[in-house]
Amino acid sequence: MSTTLWIIIAGAVATYLTRIGGHLVISRFERIHPRVEAGLNAVPAAVLTTLVAPAALSAGPAELAALAVAVLVSLRGGLMTMFLAGAAVLIAMRHFIG
Amino acid sequence: MSSVTMSDNTRMGEFWRGVRLSIPVVVASAPFAILFGALAIDNGFSVAEATLMSATIYGGASQLVGIELFGQHVAPWLVVLSIFAVNFRHVLYSAAVGKRIDHWPFLKQAIGYFFLVDPQYAEAERKGENGEEVTFAWYMGMALPIYVFWVAESALGALFGRLIPNPHAIGLDFLLPIYFLGLVMSFRKRPRWLPIVVASAVASMIAYKTVGSPWHVSIGALAGVLFAAAMPVRPDETVSADDTAEVVS
Repeated sequence: MSTTLWIIIAGAVATYLTRIGGHLVISRFERIHPRVEAGLNAVPAAVLTTLVAPAALSAGPAELAALAVAVLVSLRGGLMTMFLAGAAVLIAMRHFIG
Repeated sequence: MSSVTMSDNTRMGEFWRGVRLSIPVVVASAPFAILFGALAIDNGFSVAEATLMSATIYGGASQLVGIELFGQHVAPWLVVLSIFAVNFRHVLYSAAVGKRIDHWPFLKQAIGYFFLVDPQYAEAERKGENGEEVTFAWYMGMALPIYVFWVAESALGALFGRLIPNPHAIGLDFLLPIYFLGLVMSFRKRPRWLPIVVASAVASMIAYKTVGSPWHVSIGALAGVLFAAAMPVRPDETVSADDTAEVVS
């Protein structure tokens, strides 16, 4: 078996473990402590932020403008509107600024 | 109002409601699937391997990190560990979504967890918070189109991706952060959303500069979660359906 195949299969097993693991561990507890609950409530925002923040750190004016517009649009519109607005600003500014 | 009993009709209705929710995700993830396919070939994967990776791992960010490290000839165990680190957030999704789907039979749960990607988790959580049952039909209605398109577009990207003349000009490299930012914003009605986001942002940026990628994901996430858990518990801050109502896109 090639190294590539080995990496893919091991990566898939590791990924599946992360997707089922939280449930297997947490379901052992009868009642969820309010602090654990508060922590779990924070999960999506906390995690997704880490996928944005470092990208913003190394971003140029086009990227920062796209993120800013995306935030503003998301206050009113839905996810798709926000995504298209951000992408449009990004493409336009890269076109004109480079 | 839907009836309490689950007829084939309501099951189909649930399935199609799920399918409808998958549409924006299918559209938004298409560039990333194609990008992944193209980059995988660039980094020494075959078309079959790129497709297999999408079909078995099914996690865009981790796949992109994986092929990038593979292309840099990093040790295989470190590539796998990085995939695990990027996907570690799913442990938290899994713990949170577990209480919504633990009435499913075992096999359906085992299948359901395989498809537990970011938007799938977000929509399941939203449905649960609105007081609706998270049904297997609804869940798979959303999951299957996203999965099928993800795998197919990865293959297409691998086959044709290098025909894209200038990926930078069409913003391919930065669409992912914009999309994730939208997901972050959709949770803004939750308790202490802003300080949690700030804590995660600062921690992940520091980790990115010091420890390095991909650990900034786990470290940043942990910072936000620990911050939320450490704050005093206030009874008036429980998440209600109203808080998330306007999130629907």
